[in-house]
Amino acid sequence: MKKQQIIENIKVRSGKDMLDFNDRSERRVYITIKKEILPKIARYLFNDVKARFSTASGVDTRSAIEMLYHFSVDEIGLIVTLRVILDKSNLEIDSLTSIMKCAEWIEREIHELLGVNFKGHPNLKHLLLKDDWPEGNYPLRRDQ
Amino acid sequence: MAERKIIPIGPYHPLQEEPEFFRLHVDGETVVDIDIEIGYNLRLIEKISESKTYDQVTFLIERICGICSTSHPFAYTNAIDDLLGVTVPERALYIRSIIGELERIHSHLLWLGLAGHFLGYNTVWMWAWRYREPVLDIFEKISGNRNHYAMFKPGGVRRDMHEEDFPWIKKTLKSLIPKFDMFKGAVMDDPVIRARTEGIGVLTKQDAHDYAVVGPTARASGVAIDVRKDDPSGAYDRVEWKLITQEGGGVFAKAVVRILELYESANIIIQCLDNMPKGPIDLNIKDMPVGEGIGRYEAPRGEVFHYIMSDGGNSPARHKVRAPSFMNIASNKKAVVGHTISDATIILAAVDPCYCCTERMAVVDYKSGKKLMDGQDLIRLSQEKTARMQRK
Repeated sequence: MKKQQIIENIKVRSGKDMLDFNDRSERRVYITIKKEILPKIARYLFNDVKARFSTASGVDTRSAIEMLYHFSVDEIGLIVTLRVILDKSNLEIDSLTSIMKCAEWIEREIHELLGVNFKGHPNLKHLLLKDDWPEGNYPLRRDQ
Repeated sequence: MAERKIIPIGPYHPLQEEPEFFRLHVDGETVVDIDIEIGYNLRLIEKISESKTYDQVTFLIERICGICSTSHPFAYTNAIDDLLGVTVPERALYIRSIIGELERIHSHLLWLGLAGHFLGYNTVWMWAWRYREPVLDIFEKISGNRNHYAMFKPGGVRRDMHEEDFPWIKKTLKSLIPKFDMFKGAVMDDPVIRARTEGIGVLTKQDAHDYAVVGPTARASGVAIDVRKDDPSGAYDRVEWKLITQEGGGVFAKAVVRILELYESANIIIQCLDNMPKGPIDLNIKDMPVGEGIGRYEAPRGEVFHYIMSDGGNSPARHKVRAPSFMNIASNKKAVVGHTISDATIILAAVDPCYCCTERMAVVDYKSGKKLMDGQDLIRLSQEKTARMQRK
């Protein structure tokens, strides 16, 4: 599928829930969306476009936690990054594991390192930190 | 029904990279479930990276892995190039690709040797590691180091390559081609290796998509992905080379992909040496603007992914690293279930993670806690199965 077509389809599916669109270069697109439509857009990219889920990055920007989901459309070398901004007072977002199994580990990682709660994750235990790591301590948070 | 037992494999051995822990649930001989645990060697390099300057980070991330130590700097410097929107000097692109491909050769040979050992072909093991040595010699000639070559820096490469070394490098590489032929013959023409590995631990195309596996693990399932082709950096779009895929999806297909890739890597290096232009090797970047960048590189095990967020300071504000095994190891859940314990070692090894773990495994009776079998026994089981098939 062509890059322009993918972008158009995402625009149609998100409507006014798309908050920002940054066509940064030929091979990199960043799209900020509301968290409610994340499963819908992820499903479109993973199931319809057959994009490969590369990984997700969680970033503490001090004012909020940004979740970046990187999808790789390998035929055209494109990375579509979906950005969801989470307010620190409500760090909850839908888990994508029911759509794609491969999100299971990275969600566990972001859960323990940044304290994001993934709704519907089947097994949200520690991945990297030891089991008796003190509750509520998040190594990648900047406000602790 | 036989009693269900648990075989813990791992987690730690200082010999190789990536300690991980597999808990095999077995029913008689058959693996019925597997739990995978990682994080035994968590250094939180992403956090340390926030306290280093952009230049220092290249040294830090080289130490993520001792085997593919240049893949991370490759992806990281690509992320910096992406953030800045620059292309590094042409000569630096060629040098970057040469280092990347030399690393692929030595990494694939390392895997091949260990795979041979697990199957009871210790000659393959000795050969593979013997012929890995000349590659390390080339590294020493280029960078002064046999490992952790410190060749990369944001905006270019740290040191130049010398034209007078090129004939020797080419001669050494060409002398390896007959050895690759030997491995190809040893693996592809041996009926026992075939019987032992073909159709074992299969990932279908759909599994590959579901688990988002990368590198030879994906290409062995017929998924034609390779960052060097799809999102080229370095000199990969300036030389001729073939993308290797296989359809089988099992251990055999993964081995074949890696062996055939050895030829392509040697081919890429020789073309790079022949076509390398003269000129500067570094952009001398002074400032980092506010912004973000994504860089990736095809490591021997698959796509390495780096994300950099800059706040305009000296150090990354956020540096996310995703290594290929993070995706590939999770796919073992699919590949190993339903197979026998004697096949488990080679299946778990087929994605090219850390084998060291297998040396620390032990079969423990769930109720009494009595040790029944350890890692050496499992390798012996695997080797005995091969010997049985050879006799037949």
